[in-house]
Amino acid sequence: MEMLSGAEMVVRALQDEGVEYIFGYPGGAVLHIYDALFQQDKVNHILVRHEQAATHAADGYARSTGKPGVVLVTSGPGATNAITGIATAFMDSIPMVVLSGQVRSDWIGDDAFQETDMVGLSRPIVKHSFMVRDPRQIPDMIKKAFYIASTGRPGPVLVDIPKDHTAPHNTFPYEYPKKVKMRSYAPVTRGHSGQIRKAVDELLKAKRPVIYSGGGVVQGDASEALTGVARKLNFPVTNTLMGLGAFPGTDKQFLGMLGMHGTYEANMAMHNADVILAAGARLDDRVTNDAKKFCPGAKIIHIDIDPASISKNVTAHIPIVGPVKQVLEEMLTMLDEHDSGPDHKSLERWWQEIDGWRQVHGLRYEVNENGPMKPQQVVQALYKATNGEAFVTSDVGQHQMFAAQYYLYDRPRQWINSGGLGTMGFGLPAAMGVQFAHPEAVVACVTGEGSIQMNIQELSTCLQYGLPIKIININNQALGMVRQWQDMQYGGRHSQSYMESLPDFVKLAESYGHVGMKIEKLEDLDGAMEEAFALKDRLVFMDIYVDPTEHVYPMHIADGSMRDMWLSKTERT
Amino acid sequence: MRRIISILMENEPGALSRVVGLFSQRGYNIETLTVAPTEDETLSRLTMTTTGDDKKIEQITKHLNKLIEVVKLVDLTEGAHIEREIMLMKVKATGAQRAEVKRTVDIFRGQIVDVTSTVYTVQLTGTTDKLEAFINAVGEAQVLEVVRSGVSGISRGEKVLSL
Repeated sequence: MEMLSGAEMVVRALQDEGVEYIFGYPGGAVLHIYDALFQQDKVNHILVRHEQAATHAADGYARSTGKPGVVLVTSGPGATNAITGIATAFMDSIPMVVLSGQVRSDWIGDDAFQETDMVGLSRPIVKHSFMVRDPRQIPDMIKKAFYIASTGRPGPVLVDIPKDHTAPHNTFPYEYPKKVKMRSYAPVTRGHSGQIRKAVDELLKAKRPVIYSGGGVVQGDASEALTGVARKLNFPVTNTLMGLGAFPGTDKQFLGMLGMHGTYEANMAMHNADVILAAGARLDDRVTNDAKKFCPGAKIIHIDIDPASISKNVTAHIPIVGPVKQVLEEMLTMLDEHDSGPDHKSLERWWQEIDGWRQVHGLRYEVNENGPMKPQQVVQALYKATNGEAFVTSDVGQHQMFAAQYYLYDRPRQWINSGGLGTMGFGLPAAMGVQFAHPEAVVACVTGEGSIQMNIQELSTCLQYGLPIKIININNQALGMVRQWQDMQYGGRHSQSYMESLPDFVKLAESYGHVGMKIEKLEDLDGAMEEAFALKDRLVFMDIYVDPTEHVYPMHIADGSMRDMWLSKTERT
Repeated sequence: MRRIISILMENEPGALSRVVGLFSQRGYNIETLTVAPTEDETLSRLTMTTTGDDKKIEQITKHLNKLIEVVKLVDLTEGAHIEREIMLMKVKATGAQRAEVKRTVDIFRGQIVDVTSTVYTVQLTGTTDKLEAFINAVGEAQVLEVVRSGVSGISRGEKVLSL
């Protein structure tokens, strides 16, 4: 058998796992591993400028491909810097394997230089973690880490590796396990057929049904099955922020996003529904508003791979634990074989009601004739310039909601954002991961002048690897979402929500070797977009000045039901 | 409602901290906790008592089951079961009290396992209620020190929690 050092085993295990890219940053505790990486060319290491960006880039890679993202950081500050990105991946159930260096094993607990208890620190934000106690464990632990990260409800897995266990002079026989056997971990592979049949019966009886689908449909590759069920039944579909693209955004059965900033028609349809098929969604507080007032007349069928998500916030009438793809496919087969179809008469009336809500048109904004342009116009211009086909990553805040509302995503994995944790600084590094995974694709990062400055250093990484990302900086010179809440709930007192002393983003982009553009007038917007996207091999930073007073609507009225919304600054339901 | 949850888990470093961490992270309450290896040294048996309504207990058991190191678990309070706790207690034993404490220990079927001229050390096994009744019977004023093991439990009949 081949004899390898611990460090060589780490790298070889990644090769054997088929890892193309590993995002990381070197440091003392991982020097042996970096040396082993240097001496091979199968796993490409991407050097970021901050470990948080390594995790977000791996996350973007994972979200856009479905394959686990891989991160390598050193002990101490390297590991703690990775925490935000690990938590981001955890909240959105993203497969990720994080390898962190640790001080040598005989120094653990002695407050050694760059020591931190990474297994302890990360415990609540990982699906699982391992600490290597003997170099011989490395192949098995890495195999298990990938297996756990990518099966069941996916999530980040940490492998903490003390430096002495990677020392080059100690070698051990290496064999990468072909299979994983764990008596304590067996993710469900099938939903209960009896439950699925009950759900089908309920769906066929429904008079006012809604399909409410979430990130699980995207991560579980269930879009096709979901679309099949929706088309077969002619049911309206709404997606969560995490689920956008799981059902085509341009389809006539699509009601738009639901929830806090969901469309009027999606939220009204939910509130008035008699049957809700929740697929790969977790009925979280950004969707339900007050859970006690949530959809009072609805029977809830809930498909989720994680039993703990079912009946956590809202009780499910028909729970189905299983992979959403398999469950929906079985549902489709049952529907095909069923003697009767859906209640067409009632559905017709239901669609008429929904079309009535569509006329109200909650998704709208007032255009300033001579004033500053609106952020929504920027997203619409982006949609036009990219034919609706770009990968769009976003940061967190108003721009994120506008990008969710006004860009219509027709493909799963096309829209990439931090939904659960809401991590500002996610957009640019995530876009890097997407661009590495899809070198030929158009990748746009919709951000704001607040968020972009949280990981702006990654412009340097983009230069190093020639990533032609297009940054759409929707610049309202304020922390827009914070300010919106301050306008609505704090008497307009804008405590710390404005951005003074903004850098000249054009010069900043140029100093990093990129193209910068400043756009202040609506009439320049389309032309600038075209120009930017024509620069296929360059990163373009578009600094676009918009109306600082704009709010995101619709917006749920706090502690109300799904139907309680502000539709503009003055109108409410 | 009070529940006794019994968990079979991998006997690995860090496994216990995941269980305990889960409780603090999700705002659940641990009243007692005992843990020790089983006859199979790769497995630990952990017993905890907690309180909560059905919904909370359902979430607790679901989340515990999600922990990778948890192999199996059972809510013992769902069926017939036996629960025991062991208590060691130092009691003042002077004057007339000396005989009185001895009588109370006998009534509760405890044992005096150590004696000095002024102190009895009592060992008592039973349910939580019984141990509490004993403390009350002896009287708090007499009690010098109490050590309780926390609840261990096992189901009645042929049902076993094993691999």
